[in-house]
Amino acid sequence: MSVKQTFKTSLIGVKTNKSRSALTILGIVIGITSIILMMSIGQGAENLILDEVAGFGAETIVVRPGQEPTGPTDIGETLFSDSLKERDIEMLKRKENVPDLIDVTSAVIVTGSVSFEGETYRPTIFGGSVRFFAEVLNLEPGEGRFYTENEIRTRANVAVIGTKVREELFGNDEAVGKLIKIKDKKFRVVGVFAKKGQTAFYNFDELVIVPQTTAQVYLTGTNHYHEVLIKVSDPSVVKRAVHDIEATLRESHGITDPEKDDFFVVTQEGVVQQISTIIGALTIFLSSIVAIALVVAGVGVMNIMLVSVTERTREIGLRKAVGATNKNILAQFLFEAMILTGTGGIIGIILGGLLSFIFSIILTQYAGLSWPFSFPIGAAVLGLFVSTLVGLIFGIYPARKAAKKSPIEALRYE
Amino acid sequence: MALIEVRDIEKTYPDGTRALRGVSFDIKAGEFVAIMGPSGSGKSTLLHILGFLDRPTKGDYRFSDKTISEHSEDELAHVRNKKMGFVFQMFNLLTRTSALENVKLPLLYSGVKESLWEKSAKEAINSVGLSHRTYFEPNKLSGGERQRVAIARALVNHPQVIFADEPTGNLDSKSGEVIMDILHKLHRQGHTILMITHETYTAEHANRIINLYDGAIINDHKVTSQHKAHKHPIK
Ligand SMILES: Nc1ncnc2c1ncn2[C@@H]1O[C@H](COP(=O)(O)OP(=O)(O)OP(=O)(O)O)[C@@H](O)[C@H]1O
Ligand SMILES: [Mg+2]
Repeated sequence: MSVKQTFKTSLIGVKTNKSRSALTILGIVIGITSIILMMSIGQGAENLILDEVAGFGAETIVVRPGQEPTGPTDIGETLFSDSLKERDIEMLKRKENVPDLIDVTSAVIVTGSVSFEGETYRPTIFGGSVRFFAEVLNLEPGEGRFYTENEIRTRANVAVIGTKVREELFGNDEAVGKLIKIKDKKFRVVGVFAKKGQTAFYNFDELVIVPQTTAQVYLTGTNHYHEVLIKVSDPSVVKRAVHDIEATLRESHGITDPEKDDFFVVTQEGVVQQISTIIGALTIFLSSIVAIALVVAGVGVMNIMLVSVTERTREIGLRKAVGATNKNILAQFLFEAMILTGTGGIIGIILGGLLSFIFSIILTQYAGLSWPFSFPIGAAVLGLFVSTLVGLIFGIYPARKAAKKSPIEALRYE
Repeated sequence: MALIEVRDIEKTYPDGTRALRGVSFDIKAGEFVAIMGPSGSGKSTLLHILGFLDRPTKGDYRFSDKTISEHSEDELAHVRNKKMGFVFQMFNLLTRTSALENVKLPLLYSGVKESLWEKSAKEAINSVGLSHRTYFEPNKLSGGERQRVAIARALVNHPQVIFADEPTGNLDSKSGEVIMDILHKLHRQGHTILMITHETYTAEHANRIINLYDGAIINDHKVTSQHKAHKHPIK
């Protein structure tokens, strides 16, 4: 008996019990639908995040004081650590220390709120060179202008704000030219950033930037920095530059043991890697849940196949009487299980594809996210493979039971 | 040389029931044998052993000069497929499957090319006079028609022997007559037939009757042709 003929026989077996077949594969359908949904949404989310992250130049490196945060509560460390000073900037600027560096600027983070005529908002407040943000981070003013080097030197009370901040404080009114209060000091809004959103390092829409000189003297009263931004000549030299930066700062701080670093370096690549790791871990976690669901579905298939084998005892006996070997019967029932679960897989793939398509439409239309739908072919292939495999694994036991039935017992069966 | 040689066959079921207690006989090719006996006398048990569906616990059974113990399970299946045809009291057709597909069933396991299946199956259906029911499913057929489909299925691989276990047991006498006429015709065409029956008038279609009682043969005699001709003239 050829494979094709066995397959046909099994297909007939599945077809003659349509409603039971449908119930059997429900679990598989749900499992495979989840796989497709999960992988498609995971991919979409990763693309979305990486897209946003990529908005920040790949040739930019950020150095922050303190130890690298391992959780959100460690942020305080950055604010209270005073390890990065003007001297460090001078060291980094030297060609012999970091030859790949083409630009560097420093910023202080000011904690506090911003208010305008009774409206108050708590954005991230940076004291820094607007030129750096403009050139390195490819930012343009959406309204008004950026402040000048001259205004930085003269510690002018000027500020550039993000679109979110502008919305919160001014609503639809004109913002440029107005006076806002930062920690009870008055600043004139000279410009508003063009909408940019979240990048690897900051959400520019929720940012307020003032000259670092002004910030250090009037707002923080300190002389250390919370951020040092470095631009290197090319993304390909980032790794080498990071090494040089670390070496320079360690020398400047007299650190020999890298474990005791009082600063840490953030690169886009690192952030991308972190995001990928998080999404990967999440995917593994969800996958294991789906795997459990599939095992449960598989046990369901096995259960129903066992019932089916018992119910069809006479058929099995008859087939054996007219010449079917144990192998023929085994193959027939194994194929039936695989056809069942494989069909469940295909339905799951279609359903999962459809749901992720709808999901992408909702996210693009109503949430305004860039979430292009692409059919997850890899997941589909995996889904088909896994569902058929479930049929194979959980079909073996019932199929063996069928094959082992003796023809007379089967024929005498009432 | 006999087609079927049975020597001192015994069958004890696992629960200790002694269904056969030493049975011996020969059946030559071309014979039409009826096995009779009261219920529980071991008729079906004997037929299952002769049909390679079960193995005896003791004794020797040769079919076509080969002992059952010489065959592996797969070889037994192959012999059943190629050289034996079965007809059961309960018809045993696959439900929701056309007469044609039912008759094709043995071909599925025969190694015969698929392109020839349809022709062989239709020939077999034709030989039992059911061409007009080829595509009917069993639940749309009368009992007699179902049994004819079962006979067509038994014939489709051109077997040497046809084993029938009370083929008319579930039929009214008229349908039973039709079945017996078919078996008769097959016998005249040279088939060897072994049939279990309760009814004397059915048994008298055969040219030999073996009587079983309590797992042993108590009578084995030829049926005279005059006797037969008198009761059931050949049509
Ligand atoms: N699988 C089995 N396990 C135990 N005992 C069995 C089994 N099959 C049959 N028997 C017993 O063996 C004896 C012979 O049974 P068998 O079916 O051969 O009788 P039979 O002559 O065909 O009867 P009937 O005319 O009622 O069909 C009976 O006593 C029966 O109960
Ligand atoms: Mg019986």
